[in-house]
Amino acid sequence: MFDFLEGYDVLGAFWMTVKLTALSAVGSLIWGTLLAAMRVSPVPLMRGFGTAYVNIVRNIPLTVIIVFTSLGLADIFGVTMGAADNFDVQGFRLAVLGFIAYTAAFVCEAIRSGINTVPLGQAEAARAIGLNFSQTLRLIVLPQAFRAVINPLANVLIALTKNTTVAAAIGVAEAALLMKEMIENEAQTLAIGAVFALGFVVLTLPTGLLLGWLAKRLAVKR
Amino acid sequence: MKLRKVTAASAAVLALALSATACGGDSKDDSSSSGSGGGGKIKIGIKYDQPGLGLKEPDGSFSGFDVDVATYVAKQLGYDADQIEFVETKSADRENALARGDVKIIAATYSITDERKQKVDFAGPYLLAHQDLLVKKDSKISEATDLNGEKLCSVTGSTSAQNVKDDFAPKAQLKQYGGYSECIAGLQSGAVDAVTTDDSILAGFASQDKYKGQFKLAGLKLSNENYGIGVKKGDSATLNKVNAALEKMVSDGSWQKAVDENFGPADYKNEPAPKVGVIVK
Repeated sequence: MFDFLEGYDVLGAFWMTVKLTALSAVGSLIWGTLLAAMRVSPVPLMRGFGTAYVNIVRNIPLTVIIVFTSLGLADIFGVTMGAADNFDVQGFRLAVLGFIAYTAAFVCEAIRSGINTVPLGQAEAARAIGLNFSQTLRLIVLPQAFRAVINPLANVLIALTKNTTVAAAIGVAEAALLMKEMIENEAQTLAIGAVFALGFVVLTLPTGLLLGWLAKRLAVKR
Repeated sequence: MKLRKVTAASAAVLALALSATACGGDSKDDSSSSGSGGGGKIKIGIKYDQPGLGLKEPDGSFSGFDVDVATYVAKQLGYDADQIEFVETKSADRENALARGDVKIIAATYSITDERKQKVDFAGPYLLAHQDLLVKKDSKISEATDLNGEKLCSVTGSTSAQNVKDDFAPKAQLKQYGGYSECIAGLQSGAVDAVTTDDSILAGFASQDKYKGQFKLAGLKLSNENYGIGVKKGDSATLNKVNAALEKMVSDGSWQKAVDENFGPADYKNEPAPKVGVIVK
């Protein structure tokens, strides 16, 4: 029944999906946290940059961003991410860059909502004992904020996992690209679609369950 | 708390049920309106995004070789041009569109292959295309082996891309995009050295006004693509009528006229009209 799978590296394609997701997740968590810090910082220029970035980037369709990284950054401006002679590596790095740029906007907003759950008194107390802004944020506010936003971040992570399929648009050999290739060759649209849908459920369902459990355990009881 | 859970669950069930019935209703409407056929309209599947073959123009009209063939065939089946309803059939959806009865026939760069023949019947072939390369006018690439080390572009998952990787030039740098327009843009800007797919498709792109005179076909015959007209499996009445229509189109000269009109400006050397039922391997 599943003989159409023969000759295709389905696991390899999903491994590419996992790599794209993992690298983009780490990158967007870092960049998103920085953006969130900017948005709550006392410096108007930083606040303005953070707000502008989030509102612009999250309103651009991801496909446009990903295709731009390849057609615009690489082809026109020559940004090849240190892989000018290898389109496979170049496409992968450009895609990760695009996913980080896009997902960070959502991570930023999730974290900012978490910061809003931390009572104002916490920051006031921190200031009272002489901590500056960055110390207050790093030591007092963000640790509590993160524990409050594990569930929203899990949503962002699951969305990111599925969004990696857009990388097929610039030829990164992940699951969606293999799916197109198989549908092109095999004329078995439904069965192939089902296999790849199942693959994504296998990737995302445990993520959701694990992070949901973590969120319950780590939530700050107020 | 318990009450809230029950409410949430029942809301979810309700939403599911609603969406399920909505889908069911839609598809039933589609099939009944096209299935009855006969007097009213004929639905024909084409591509909307391939200049020279099947293209939806900004004003809503359709142009291209596939469109011309489909219009001619529909005429022979007893439908005037205003009785034709063109439906977009993307590559991945062609078999299902026929099986569901969404369209009566499909003329959309549909290469006849053994795998597909298990799902649909093919009339024709009506055009023999070859995988080829589109290069800049002054390019030195003239053989498939020249591609090694060069940058080549094709569309994600397409057979052409796989052929190059597997057979012709394993050392070529292959860039894959979601559509051919991105590849052509890359070729124009110099980011890639060649674009590969069926010569008919490449000729269609190169014939567009904005690209006229910039590109040429390398003229390689890297594969044989026999374009057929897809008909629902087992619908031999339609199949025979379409075949008869295709034969007539060739014999009365309309076929050559359609080829010249649609691929002319790209210096495309077409194969002679294929004979119905003869598939060039």
